Amino acid sequence: MSKFSKKRGKATPAISTASLPDIIFMLLFFFMVVTVLRDSSLMVKVNTPQASELTKLEEKSLVNYLYIGRPKETYEDQYGTSPRLQLGDKFSTVDDIPLFLEKHKIKVPENKRARITSSLKVDGDVTMGIVQDIKTQLRKSNQLKVNYSAKPKND
Amino acid sequence: MGKKSSKDRLTNEINAGSMADIAFLLLIFFLVTTTIVQDKGITVKLPPWSDVEVDATKLKTRNVFSVLVNAQNQLLVRDEPANIEQLKDRAKEFIMNPRGQADLAEKPTKAIISLKNDRGTNYKTYLQVYNELKAAYNELWEEEAQRKYGTAYSDNMPREQKKAIKGKIPFVLSEAEPTAFGDEK
Repeated sequence: MSKFSKKRGKATPAISTASLPDIIFMLLFFFMVVTVLRDSSLMVKVNTPQASELTKLEEKSLVNYLYIGRPKETYEDQYGTSPRLQLGDKFSTVDDIPLFLEKHKIKVPENKRARITSSLKVDGDVTMGIVQDIKTQLRKSNQLKVNYSAKPKND
Repeated sequence: MGKKSSKDRLTNEINAGSMADIAFLLLIFFLVTTTIVQDKGITVKLPPWSDVEVDATKLKTRNVFSVLVNAQNQLLVRDEPANIEQLKDRAKEFIMNPRGQADLAEKPTKAIISLKNDRGTNYKTYLQVYNELKAAYNELWEEEAQRKYGTAYSDNMPREQKKAIKGKIPFVLSEAEPTAFGDEK
């Protein structure tokens, strides 16, 4: 009896840290998988409006992004202040959309092509004129699945 | 001899103590660069392009819920000015027509929402209006699901049930070619 109590009282065993690297690696892998490195830097100001009826975009590889907004300050001298369209990493016009869609399409496996969605990231202060032109062009290119990007409403 | 070899092996073992530090460093790098983007938005199915103009005059006026947004972001709902706040409730009343009024939709399957904006309309206002109209339908679907099946309307409910609800209250929204009074140029 006394033998046991003596031992316990003397020293608390140190916690083994051998599994610590494993835990950290697990976290590391989680963040590595979740991380999306942005491939295009924004040249237009895009502040999407708020909405409540949102649906989530499922597969990232099936989504192409169209940014619409006014050029950032650094590009104002060159491109003015009226709303512009950005495809990939350069300013574009409505006529560039079919080629842009086609370039994205060939990267997608054929059986998934029907599910390609265009995500329109449009600034809230833009007028509908340019958005309408882009919608018309999307319809002409037969890209009918569109997602108006919006922030969730917090109320 | 045997003892010596075991000692050798011991000294040759790599010290894994710094492994955690290295992992931490990488972890912190990814923590900083990660932006867990939540890509959400209002999904819309655009109508296919056709050169033939749709003639809306064939429809009965009682079945059409017209929403006009002008370049000053003002709303005109069924020919009278309205607020965005009232839009959802008015749309719901129009679609379901609970009291059987003569100027509201005959039945939900015949109800058509007609949305028209100007080229000068703010995108924010446009999206708000669209959002409200979608919200009206979402609420109606939710009510229908609760009444009929006693469950919430969600993506993981059986496909037939969802189809039945959407067949009873179809979301028909037609967007007319916008006017160009307030276009910026």
